[in-house]
Amino acid sequence: MVCETYFSGNSVVHRLDPRAKLVAAVAFSAVVATSYRTPVLIAALALAIALALAAGLPAGPLWRRLAAVNAFVLLAAALLPFSTPGAPLVWVGSVPYTVEGLVLGARIAAKTNAIVLVVTALLSTVEITRLGHAMSHLRLPSKLIHLMLMTVRYVDLLHHEYHRLATAMKVRGFRPRATLHTYRSLGNLVGMLLVRSFDRSQRIVAAMKCRGFNGRFYVLDHFRFAARDAVFAVLTVLVTAGLLVGEYAWPIR
Amino acid sequence: MHLPDSVLSAPVLVGGAALAAGGVALGLRRMDIDRVPQVAVLASALFVASLVHVPVPPTSAHLVLNGLAGAVLGWSVFPAMLIALLLQAILYGHGGLAGLGVNTVTMALPGVIVWQLFRGGMVRSPSRPAVFAFGALAGGLAVAMAIGLTALALLASGREYRTVALTAVVAHLPVMAVEAVVTGFVVTFVRKVRPELLGARCGFGQPA
Repeated sequence: MVCETYFSGNSVVHRLDPRAKLVAAVAFSAVVATSYRTPVLIAALALAIALALAAGLPAGPLWRRLAAVNAFVLLAAALLPFSTPGAPLVWVGSVPYTVEGLVLGARIAAKTNAIVLVVTALLSTVEITRLGHAMSHLRLPSKLIHLMLMTVRYVDLLHHEYHRLATAMKVRGFRPRATLHTYRSLGNLVGMLLVRSFDRSQRIVAAMKCRGFNGRFYVLDHFRFAARDAVFAVLTVLVTAGLLVGEYAWPIR
Repeated sequence: MHLPDSVLSAPVLVGGAALAAGGVALGLRRMDIDRVPQVAVLASALFVASLVHVPVPPTSAHLVLNGLAGAVLGWSVFPAMLIALLLQAILYGHGGLAGLGVNTVTMALPGVIVWQLFRGGMVRSPSRPAVFAFGALAGGLAVAMAIGLTALALLASGREYRTVALTAVVAHLPVMAVEAVVTGFVVTFVRKVRPELLGARCGFGQPA
């Protein structure tokens, strides 16, 4: 339930090498986040939408995800015109509400949606364990990957544990209100969750040691860099280079 | 409470990434391989607990728990927070990957600071009210510092963001108070039931 969001499928994007997808997602994220020029952002958003379509992402979950992200963007876009200097559109009391602020808000909206679409299309289409293995092939610290894979393993389980505890409180008549009793009860709930996790982790370590765990984590996924991955890699380089040129070196302002 | 990378400027993103890399490297170096499963399970528990909705008049909010994370994880809070944010980015689409560094620092650094400041108080205080007070200080201050760093990252990215930053700070004041109270209770409970989780040798009323 916590990890509902792996988008399964069999599109071209799904079949790409996870290593290439991870690198591409990081590169796109970084380039788009630091771009400001309108044509560049429009191009980035268009590319992101094209990629999302190519991945055949399911509309419902994707829509919910975008709605959640855009809540913050809307708040920022509504507040920015108050503090951005420029030509006033309307006056709210003595404070100008500027056109420039609205433009900045629109840019942020375009950037955010482009980045979320690309990250979703590239990374939510890889099983998280395969992503961990891809990270290990990319020489990220093994302890970090180990930590990620184990966290993924236990988040769902502890979410069930949390629900068991919460249900037990509910059947005993607990209703959360803004009272000290509520805060104490919720504090005990979180404390109990931590204590149980701590005990569980000790059993896990013991079980791992019994099976001869020596600190090495064996990667069973080996990826084959196919022709389509080469095409994708070339496209990634071209796109990021194109966006960078558009942002920093394009002569026409 | 984390920022999408699209609002941050390049120097802030790079600075955040560099600081986070340092913190994560330190956290990983100090984390014994046997401790990895423990950190992972505790991090998952904190991840789940941060989804708990708590009444904060007039509405409800979810817990941040970065102070508590610091108290039970120490320096490991850096890698644990990075992983939690990465998973949120992949699983829920919360922002991109370029902002991971900044957001890791704004959440994990306060955790480490309150751990350094109040560890002694939480571990050695003989009485329940004292432990509660140190826990509450840790929880409240960690949220205050996190929101302060977040606002700072916004302001450093551009003066246009000052109203957004101010709104975020004001909106988090009640959250901070509730977080302090809840963290106080969590720390008291843990100290009583499993003191070793906080690095303590004994609970209440036992000889040290």
